[in-house]
Amino acid sequence: MKNKAIFLTAALFACTALPSMAQKLNGAGASFPYPIYSKWFSEYSAAHSGVQINYQSIGSGGGIRQVTAGVADFGASDGPMTDQQLSESKVKIIHIPTVLGAVVPIYNLPGVSAELKFSPDVLADIYLGKISTWNDGRIAKDNPGVNLPSSTINVVHRSDGSGTTYIFTDYLSKVSNDWKNGPGKNTAVSWPKGIGAKGNEAVAGMVRQLPGTIGYVELIYALQNKIPFGYVKNAAGAWVKGSIAGVTEAAASVKSMPSDYRVSITNAPGKNAYPISSFTWLLIPNPSPDQAKGKVIKDFLNWMLDHGESEVEALYYAPLPDSVIAKVKATVAQLK
Amino acid sequence: MNFKIQDVRVPAPSDAPLHASPDALSVALPAGSGEPSAIRKFLLGRGSSAMADKGFGWLMLLCAFSIFGIVALIATELILRSQMTISKFGLKFFFDSAWDPVNGNFGALPFVYGTLMSSLVALVIAVPLAVGVSIFITEMCPGFLRGPLSFLTELLAAIPSVVYGLWAVFILVPLLREHVDPILMRVLGWSGLFVAPDFGVHMLSAGVILSIMILPIISSLTREVMTSVPHSQREAVLALGATRWEMIRMGVLRNARIGIVGSIILGLGRALGETIAVTMVIGNNPQIVKNLLAPGYSMASVIANEFSEASDDMYRSALIEIGLALFIVTIIVNALARILVWAVTRGAPARVA
Repeated sequence: MKNKAIFLTAALFACTALPSMAQKLNGAGASFPYPIYSKWFSEYSAAHSGVQINYQSIGSGGGIRQVTAGVADFGASDGPMTDQQLSESKVKIIHIPTVLGAVVPIYNLPGVSAELKFSPDVLADIYLGKISTWNDGRIAKDNPGVNLPSSTINVVHRSDGSGTTYIFTDYLSKVSNDWKNGPGKNTAVSWPKGIGAKGNEAVAGMVRQLPGTIGYVELIYALQNKIPFGYVKNAAGAWVKGSIAGVTEAAASVKSMPSDYRVSITNAPGKNAYPISSFTWLLIPNPSPDQAKGKVIKDFLNWMLDHGESEVEALYYAPLPDSVIAKVKATVAQLK
Repeated sequence: MNFKIQDVRVPAPSDAPLHASPDALSVALPAGSGEPSAIRKFLLGRGSSAMADKGFGWLMLLCAFSIFGIVALIATELILRSQMTISKFGLKFFFDSAWDPVNGNFGALPFVYGTLMSSLVALVIAVPLAVGVSIFITEMCPGFLRGPLSFLTELLAAIPSVVYGLWAVFILVPLLREHVDPILMRVLGWSGLFVAPDFGVHMLSAGVILSIMILPIISSLTREVMTSVPHSQREAVLALGATRWEMIRMGVLRNARIGIVGSIILGLGRALGETIAVTMVIGNNPQIVKNLLAPGYSMASVIANEFSEASDDMYRSALIEIGLALFIVTIIVNALARILVWAVTRGAPARVA
């Protein structure tokens, strides 16, 4: 009994003493950057005693909701917030790009060993259902010398709302008017064709199991699991295969980076740019409702730009290009 | 509203004199047992029971009413949070088959269809199987097999649904696609229920995985009900010259039918709400087609799939209204099942016991 009382008093003291010496931050949002964020946050916490950053990968939609409602100290999203979401937010939100991701088309075509090439309109028309067999003339035109089977194309897409789908449909909307005026772009769309699978793993699993199938997954996922994927023709007319360098180049080749970083880099103009790429963003309230927390976030962002970016390739993310890092640094310096 | 707690106290043999004189007690006891029993002693030793009984009554009433409270809370929350789509689409929401988050067009019909259809397929497969398992275990199983069989059926109920889902993706789906579906297409293709193309993930595989999941629920309850049929019933039917199957049909199944229907309702409840295993194998394509080998979509699946990334309000409201639709469908299905039980038992009271 006595011990308990002592413990309680100690705990009480600890609680009252904490705010001055320790900071606990809560963030929530996108699951795509979760591995690198959790690595960054734990390293940052280890280097800065008393600072603890929790990140919950509840999805971009949830992240936007929590940070705009003031529930989370910061959010994270794979797609930029819309003007309407920004105007409805309780706090002013700044987008900070952190790393880049890309989406690659994977396929399963028994008997075809050559790596397939997909031009943008062909990819869109396969997903629209306009091209339905593998030996269609337009696929054959892009892949001369490849003996394509006459089997039907089975289309697989994500069934869960995801940033991956957002990037992919954003790209298709840019390269195909029919796609833009039809399904459009979102984390989930009304797919004209195909079966839905939950998560990158399930899409890859379905493609592996079912001959004649095409799907799309995150580049990281294809690289880590060594899944073969096809070339895509970029805006400059070159055939590019998804790679970390190609993604970073896509970000560097964006001609006019807007000051709020809400930019789509799909179909970027760079010569070697991989066309189905995107930033992922941290959503930072500015001015921060809590000065002490705001200071920690600012310090973390500087640390991320100076040290964090060099670690991302080990986890198969594409780092920000130097030009963007310089620009983001200036933005972070202005955070209040 | 005025609820009266039923007074269930058994009139004690006037406790006042008992408390007044312990001597009176020993007189009341049958001769020969000098000491009152332990229970009697306890009951005499504690104070008045009137307060405790009232309190207990109210406490139980509170427990019972918490159910109403929870259901009412869920319903109001669902209705409040889906205001946007309710006011925009009205009743049309439940009969429209569009699902287009980009342009903000939402309808629940393909999802309602998917939920009902996959559950129906599950029942068609699971009910005969579960009843068969129960008959075998209660009526004809050799003693050494009974324990392991019962144990295994109950073990099935303890497996998490995500494990079922994974198993279905890697084992069941290829098995169906390569070995079962071609036979179904050949033999039953004329019915229009089994038509190519076949991806392996479809309404049928969702129904099959659901049937495996509800099998233990139905069979364990059915078994309990059958065990509780008195032996005299079986012996009577046998004595009249029935075969074993006739004895089971007339002596056991007939007496146990209400309980069996009850267990089917419970299984159906699980099938309607099952989420993750279905999501993994149903194909997630919101369409209404007769073909069981075509992908479908269920209400629980679309919520699980799309809720976390639904950032705009109309989209989120539509998903919550899907939840409301699931709630309503569950209520309707349960009500229909109750009516069924009532219709079956009307005029022929249960003859168990």
